[in-house]
Amino acid sequence: MKILVPVKRVIDPYVSIRVKSDQTGVETENVKMSMNPFCEIAVEEAIRLKESGLATEIIAVSIGNQTCQETIRTALAMGADRGIHVLIDETLEPLSIAKILSKIVEQESPGLVITGKQAIDGDNNQTGQMLAALTDMPQGTFASKIEIEGEKINVTREVDGGLQTIKLNMPAIITTDLRLNEPRYASLPNIMKAKKKPIDQKTPQDYGVDIAPRIKVLKVVEPPKRQAGVKVESVTELVDKLKNEAGVI
Amino acid sequence: MTTLFFIEHVNGKVNNQSLKAISATKDLGGDVHGLIAGSNIDAAVEEASKIDGLKKLIHVDNEEFNNVLAEKITAVILGMADSYDFFAAAATTTGKNVMPRLSAKLDVAQISEIIGIESTDTFIRTIYAGNAIATVQSSDAKKVLTVRPTAFQTAKIKPDACEVEKINPDNIPAVSEYVSEELTKSDRPELTSAKIIISGGRGMQNGENFELLDKVAAKLGAAVGASRAAVDAGFVPNDYQVGQTGKVVAPELYIAVGISGAIQHLAGMKDSKVIVAINKDEEAPIFDIADYGLVADLFQVLPELEQAL
Repeated sequence: MKILVPVKRVIDPYVSIRVKSDQTGVETENVKMSMNPFCEIAVEEAIRLKESGLATEIIAVSIGNQTCQETIRTALAMGADRGIHVLIDETLEPLSIAKILSKIVEQESPGLVITGKQAIDGDNNQTGQMLAALTDMPQGTFASKIEIEGEKINVTREVDGGLQTIKLNMPAIITTDLRLNEPRYASLPNIMKAKKKPIDQKTPQDYGVDIAPRIKVLKVVEPPKRQAGVKVESVTELVDKLKNEAGVI
Repeated sequence: MTTLFFIEHVNGKVNNQSLKAISATKDLGGDVHGLIAGSNIDAAVEEASKIDGLKKLIHVDNEEFNNVLAEKITAVILGMADSYDFFAAAATTTGKNVMPRLSAKLDVAQISEIIGIESTDTFIRTIYAGNAIATVQSSDAKKVLTVRPTAFQTAKIKPDACEVEKINPDNIPAVSEYVSEELTKSDRPELTSAKIIISGGRGMQNGENFELLDKVAAKLGAAVGASRAAVDAGFVPNDYQVGQTGKVVAPELYIAVGISGAIQHLAGMKDSKVIVAINKDEEAPIFDIADYGLVADLFQVLPELEQAL
């Protein structure tokens, strides 16, 4: 069984975000970039399935500018077998990403696609579900545990009230939540080996799908700042303020 | 313009997240129809039919839908999609699961977790964990939205019910099935509906110490939450998590205990009306956004607080 893992390059989660003064977006020049944390979890899960003998090949896909190759290399260094890079300089919407991925699914016929539940830049939480729709596959979103059982997969999902387990026919689309696993760091020898692994270079035109934008970003601004309040000296003072000043208890 | 809003229900009641999010549909103009799914859910259907602003309620009366699976409910909504211009749901784990599937089937670019509506094609939403706010305009003819519940007021329940249409669809896809659910048991209110929340972070040191928070919460009628650090450390389950990757909350009072205030956490609680921070590190970033800060050891403060309430 092949596993397809889409990976996204995003601003590193530990970098402070700066909104551009012309309100067109967020500053990404000279900012440290990393693989989206949920995508790292997806890569890790695919590798574990391969290590346990349930998968034979892991393909990492990234869609974006030339630097996305680095993100694919990271996935290869972790343990993916080969990469596909779909080169495009513009930022695509999740629907367009899902359309390109659906064509790759058609060509590669993976038994599973494992994606992050959301990217920490756009916070859209759409791509996996959209890919499932376009390929007519079942979806197991926000997974904290997966278990393959013959032709089916049991997915335990993080839902608002706790955990839900569902059973899906395979092939299926899984999106990862935080507790699915803890991603490994690539070892130096594996980083060296990853340089020799193949990355297929493609363009969106190769897939013949409509990727015209549907959404126009009119402006991006900073959120309203919250002012720091006062320091209190004791629990008694705190309870008094909450009762008599704020009136919330 | 007509909107179809997917209404969730739990234990015979309309989910309060849905009740908040449905208020957003008022700003879209035109009629609003509700969709509720499941069998033997009379109480929830009755409550839903009385939601202020609802013109009609469609009840998918079939036990297959008592647990909502994206593949099945999407097929039902697609069957009626021609009649609607907007499709909306609360940005709950169910809404987030279902709506993008519907959106792609309709060939529409979904707008996720909106916090405001400027016009019928222009919406406000947060990106980068709330560190930036984007105003976006959709050129799609039909629009699919998820709505962040904390950004909207709870809809009123009127005395009169609207028209209820029962449907029982066939050809429900069978590619997925519900197996089981393990809901976190707690005597405390749910995080997303609580008026007061007390949350613990890494400073709590272990899961047992969360009992100290439970005791204060019991006095306040508060829900108990946690930072991602506390969840990652295994102190409490993931559904306690408040933050970018957990739940977004905006209670009247939020008490952060032993939480440093990582961006990740702030994204999930900074719209709370009053924020209290209790931390022994006076440099902790949480104090920059707290209305009331108490620099002290939480293991002394919590028992004192329990006594004082």
